[in-house]
Amino acid sequence: MSTPVLELRGVGKRFGQVVAVTGVDLTLDKGEFISFLGPSGSGKTTTLTMVAGLQKPTEGSILLNGQDVVPLPPYRRNIGVVFQHYALFPHMTVAANIAFPLQMRKVPRAEAGQRVEAALKLVGLPGFADRLPSQLSGGQQQRVALARALVYEPPLLLMDEPLGALDKNLRAQMQIEIARLHRDLGITVLYVTHDQEEALVMSDRIAVFNHGRIEQIGRPQALYERPATRFVAGFLGDSTFLAGRVQTLADEKAVVQTAHGVLRGHAATGLRVGGAAIVAVRPERVALLGADDAPRDNTVQGRVSDVIYLGQSRKYVVRLEDGAELLGLQPVGAAGVALSEGAEVRVGWTATDCNVLPAG
Amino acid sequence: MAVVFALPVGALLMRSASDPVWGLQNFRSLWEEPVYASLIRNTVQISLATTIGCILLAYPFAHVMATQPRLTRLLTLVVLIPFWSSILVRSFAWMVLLQNNGIINESLLWLGVIGQPLELIFNRTGVLIGMVHVLLPFVVFPLYGSIRAMDPALMPAAACLGAGPVRAFLRVQLPLTLPGLATGAVLVFVMALGFFITPALLGGRRDAVIARMIQLQVSQLGDWGMAATLSLVLLVATLLLLGASQLLVRSPARRVAE
Repeated sequence: MSTPVLELRGVGKRFGQVVAVTGVDLTLDKGEFISFLGPSGSGKTTTLTMVAGLQKPTEGSILLNGQDVVPLPPYRRNIGVVFQHYALFPHMTVAANIAFPLQMRKVPRAEAGQRVEAALKLVGLPGFADRLPSQLSGGQQQRVALARALVYEPPLLLMDEPLGALDKNLRAQMQIEIARLHRDLGITVLYVTHDQEEALVMSDRIAVFNHGRIEQIGRPQALYERPATRFVAGFLGDSTFLAGRVQTLADEKAVVQTAHGVLRGHAATGLRVGGAAIVAVRPERVALLGADDAPRDNTVQGRVSDVIYLGQSRKYVVRLEDGAELLGLQPVGAAGVALSEGAEVRVGWTATDCNVLPAG
Repeated sequence: MAVVFALPVGALLMRSASDPVWGLQNFRSLWEEPVYASLIRNTVQISLATTIGCILLAYPFAHVMATQPRLTRLLTLVVLIPFWSSILVRSFAWMVLLQNNGIINESLLWLGVIGQPLELIFNRTGVLIGMVHVLLPFVVFPLYGSIRAMDPALMPAAACLGAGPVRAFLRVQLPLTLPGLATGAVLVFVMALGFFITPALLGGRRDAVIARMIQLQVSQLGDWGMAATLSLVLLVATLLLLGASQLLVRSPARRVAE
């Protein structure tokens, strides 16, 4: 095993009494793209700024290529950083902005010129060298910021919500482009976002932050399909949660007694027989059952209270007997039971499609 | 405006060529008599030194004011309270502090830092201390505005790109705050050129400045012609400086604004 590019060991940050980040452990291998995903104030940006060196951790260590960088100021860490609002120098042209880190590294003028040109080409902005940042659109400024952070080939690229200020279409386009740059250049990226879709599109792994710690870390699919906590299940995609008590536990399968009958699902860690549990199910895993359909592993009954047309699909809300609401998703044009508000329906899902999580 | 300001000023300036008789004799004596050359030299030197002193003190002050929100209010008061009080009161306060048996000399003597009192007053040192104090707000406030207007992410960005504090300051913060700095510096320099009370109270006898000489000419020598000539020199120098600074300040500001 080669040394990881970045390793965080028990990193924490306190501001007086307030704990911003605590106990963050993470290793990032060469070429990996990892996203920090979480709501604002969850500690993801604070963790990034500690890696960049703009804040000092109050506990733990940060290793860059095996070397502890905590004592080093940011200008000695050689890390690339793209800021949310780009932070381009307004008094310098695009070329001067990109040449800035090369000048700081005393790269000869001629070579710097070539590298600036190559970097502009890389981000799709050849011919923009002499513009000022204020003459560029948000998307173009973002590309310049990216070129400036890549031009000195840092071993690690940090991006702090870089697409937050762009509109939706441009954001989708930039996501694809950042993913392409990551693939083509083989760079190691640490990406901070609160947008789950962005994290799912680009990441090799996602670390979900909540209350200053990493709640769960894993591949996007694993995180989506097997969330370990209620927070992750709710933050990454939609979920319906039904509370109950664990009846039996065996082979990662749990049987839970709920107000809606016995429900079965994949057991997360931290459950115990007799303990409180939450059954989490994704809307797209819920199927409307016709009168002739056989019951599924889990079947509940209720009345459709809302139907929301979303274009590709219809989202519907089934109000269960005790007032709990269950979300379902039906692809538009799918054969099967017609949806109408007020109708009595039976819905079901298989045990492998749902997760039993510890309560609280 | 034209009546109450331009008319009397115009009338006074006329005297430079008409008092005591019509002709350019006043300008000739300005050119020929060495006392006037040294007067102008003193004034420019003191103004320059005041400007530099103000810049050196105001930059760190404005920087802390702009970047430490918790201190902003306190520091603003620190600058503003003396600014609101009378220039006369402030000059007398400095006399109390700076004289040979004043607080500063007494404390330094008591601490054993110095063996005999420092000459802090009735010389150029006194003039500079007093003038920097009076004029400091004129640099602090434009500079504060400039620093506040800067994107707070720029300096961290420069650091991440490999610039140490000094280089980041010289390449990023200084150029971006130059318009504010220049505005303040020109203001201070121009005001220092015409300063009268502080040099009169805190300055030495040999260190005369133009404004004081004008007063002397009028009130004691009765030489209105010469006073008018000196006023004209001061006015023209001031206008030229303000004009030049407009060009200088505007060009980088416009580039940023576009």
